[in-house]
Amino acid sequence: MTQGVQRSRGRQRWRSRLHRLDRSVSPYLYVSPFFLLFAVFGLFPLAYTAVISTTAWSPRKPGSADVSVGLDNYTTLFADENFHNALINTLGIGLLSTGPQLLLALGIAHLLNYRLRGRIVLRMGVLLPYVTSVAAVALIFNQIFARDFGLVNWFLQPFADSPIDWRADEWSSWTAVAVMVTWHWTGYNALIYLAAMQTIPYDLYESASIDGASKWQQFWHITVPSLRPTIIFTVIVSTIGALQLFAEPFLFDATRNNNGGSQRQFQTIVLYLYQQFWTNGRYGYGAAIAWTLFLITVVIAAINFLLARRISSTK
Amino acid sequence: MPNAGRPMRAVVATLAVSALALTACGGGETAQSGDVTLTINVFGDNFSLPDNRTVYDEYERTHPSVKIVENRSDFGTHHKNLQARLTAGNGAADLEVVEVGQVAGFIGQPDKFVNFRGEGVDTAQWTDAIVARASTADKDALIGLPTDIGGLAVCYRTDLFAAAGLPTDRAAVSALWPTWKDYVDTGTKFLEKAPSGVKWFDAGGHVFTGILGGEKETFYDAGGELIVERNPAVRAAWDLSVKAIKAGQSAALPEFSPEWNTGFQRGQFATVTCPAWMMGYIQGNAAETTGKWDIAKIPGGSGNWGGSYVTVPSQGKHLKASVELAKWLTAPEQNVKLFKTIGNFPSQQSTWKTPEVAGFASPFFNNAPAGTIFPDSLAGAPAQVVGPESGVIGNIFAAALNSVEQGTSPEEAWSRTLADIKAAAG
Repeated sequence: MTQGVQRSRGRQRWRSRLHRLDRSVSPYLYVSPFFLLFAVFGLFPLAYTAVISTTAWSPRKPGSADVSVGLDNYTTLFADENFHNALINTLGIGLLSTGPQLLLALGIAHLLNYRLRGRIVLRMGVLLPYVTSVAAVALIFNQIFARDFGLVNWFLQPFADSPIDWRADEWSSWTAVAVMVTWHWTGYNALIYLAAMQTIPYDLYESASIDGASKWQQFWHITVPSLRPTIIFTVIVSTIGALQLFAEPFLFDATRNNNGGSQRQFQTIVLYLYQQFWTNGRYGYGAAIAWTLFLITVVIAAINFLLARRISSTK
Repeated sequence: MPNAGRPMRAVVATLAVSALALTACGGGETAQSGDVTLTINVFGDNFSLPDNRTVYDEYERTHPSVKIVENRSDFGTHHKNLQARLTAGNGAADLEVVEVGQVAGFIGQPDKFVNFRGEGVDTAQWTDAIVARASTADKDALIGLPTDIGGLAVCYRTDLFAAAGLPTDRAAVSALWPTWKDYVDTGTKFLEKAPSGVKWFDAGGHVFTGILGGEKETFYDAGGELIVERNPAVRAAWDLSVKAIKAGQSAALPEFSPEWNTGFQRGQFATVTCPAWMMGYIQGNAAETTGKWDIAKIPGGSGNWGGSYVTVPSQGKHLKASVELAKWLTAPEQNVKLFKTIGNFPSQQSTWKTPEVAGFASPFFNNAPAGTIFPDSLAGAPAQVVGPESGVIGNIFAAALNSVEQGTSPEEAWSRTLADIKAAAG
């Protein structure tokens, strides 16, 4: 008997210990998959890239992998005119695409927010460009912006002396790439805005219209202020996306060495990184570009975040 | 083989082929234990025109236990992926084709490839220069077996020549341009009466490559030193290409781009620098222009552009079967057959005199005697020196000449080119 009691007591103690362990450790176990995956696919590459960036590793030069060159790659990079050019291109295309894209998305979301016939179809429809692969989009836009038999040039025929070579100049190539980016992302942002718009209480609009506010005034004074946090979110996400722009300029490019135009007219930072790393086999230098881009992104995201906090607190 | 690709078509083809490869692996391995599936990565028009796998079908017929899966991508992507997979030690195909301008970049990594020296290959069937290019400096390792060789000629449109009042007979056309300067002068004459919208050639970069195709030393000297800046031959080729561009002779179609492909179909240019493998591109890109083309001698009389090697990365799982396939694919019989179907010219000199090759005339090209034109152009051609970054440098020049076509001043383009080359290869 006593033995039995002792045993069951021991079991109870064991159980309560397990229970405590369960409460204190389990949450960590539940979130650990993310951190494990992040360590393998996020932290390790980040650290390894940093290590590579201090070498002059090129697969075409045997033995170059283990020779450290310190921070030489970074000093070269900061003085590299092609890198400056890529930075300017990235910011330029970013501005040209992010602005129109978010404004368009806001307008489209506003229209979709009306009680329209077949609005489910329309709402799904704006997402179509987003679910289409970038490669397919680029394929079409390459033809639309072709110099000799392109659609845009065909429309411009009455107004231009000679067909525009879209890849030849900065302004034209930036426009073409920005149109591709805008086409791809506008629907996605519109849906995010639409979701946020539907949380705005209808009474606000009702009382405003009783007070005699026009539709435009309602949009400007009720919808937009209510969307402020959402707008800030989309601005941050689009900015980070714009800094990492790669697929569109990569696929618009007709050079064989990922030059982003015959004179790097639309070579973005990631395209330059790709060119140096893969096309020219400069692993060390490419890694240095990757890390520099990472730091730039962190800084810009931080500025964005601080501005956003100030804006939302002044409301 | 060819020196490039059709990017978009290649993307689609790659996707389709990888899907096929996935299903093939899934089903094939369990079927029979002795079966092997060999993958081969190619670019451009290696071994076949698109969607044509006659050569593989024949091998599968005689080797029932072997299945061949081909994966075709464009020139740049192909070589980039190969390097990435060699570095990673995983993911390369059982057989990988490497272009002659790129092979020097892989010579420094001989341990990543099967050495054909130990595989019973008779290297005497090729010239020393061809073998040396795919060999390490000490000649101990041979990493690839030569498939084809480019040679050089000029393909021209007889209908456009007639419209501009130029002769159309290939002997008379060849007589128009003993030198490259004459070629450019003829271009000026052509433009005076050319149909509207038709230019003399496709891209300045191809004229540049054609001129340098007759030079022994271009970007590197025999000692392996980078000599781009001080090599008068390079500067002369640049100046003449620029002169032709400034005279409005270039259709300014970026080489091997989709627009370049369209240019063939629409007849936007009358001549193109034409190594043997270019015949395959023209037939593949613009099948409907059959009979409108002919082939004339290259200015200067001789030269070479391109050619490829089949390699077997040592990371493969079926090295023995892969080596066997590589040997078969590069054997004279297959090379001769490929020459007759798509134009890629055999690298074995012994085949050039056989009636099959020497007597071959291409119906697509107005029965031009391709079987004698290309060996003639190779007879006087120097053994070209290539270095580890020759491919990269060639691409930099192509982009720079395209920028001149787009309006950049030649001097600015030249100085940028030198800076880019210094950064990439210096």
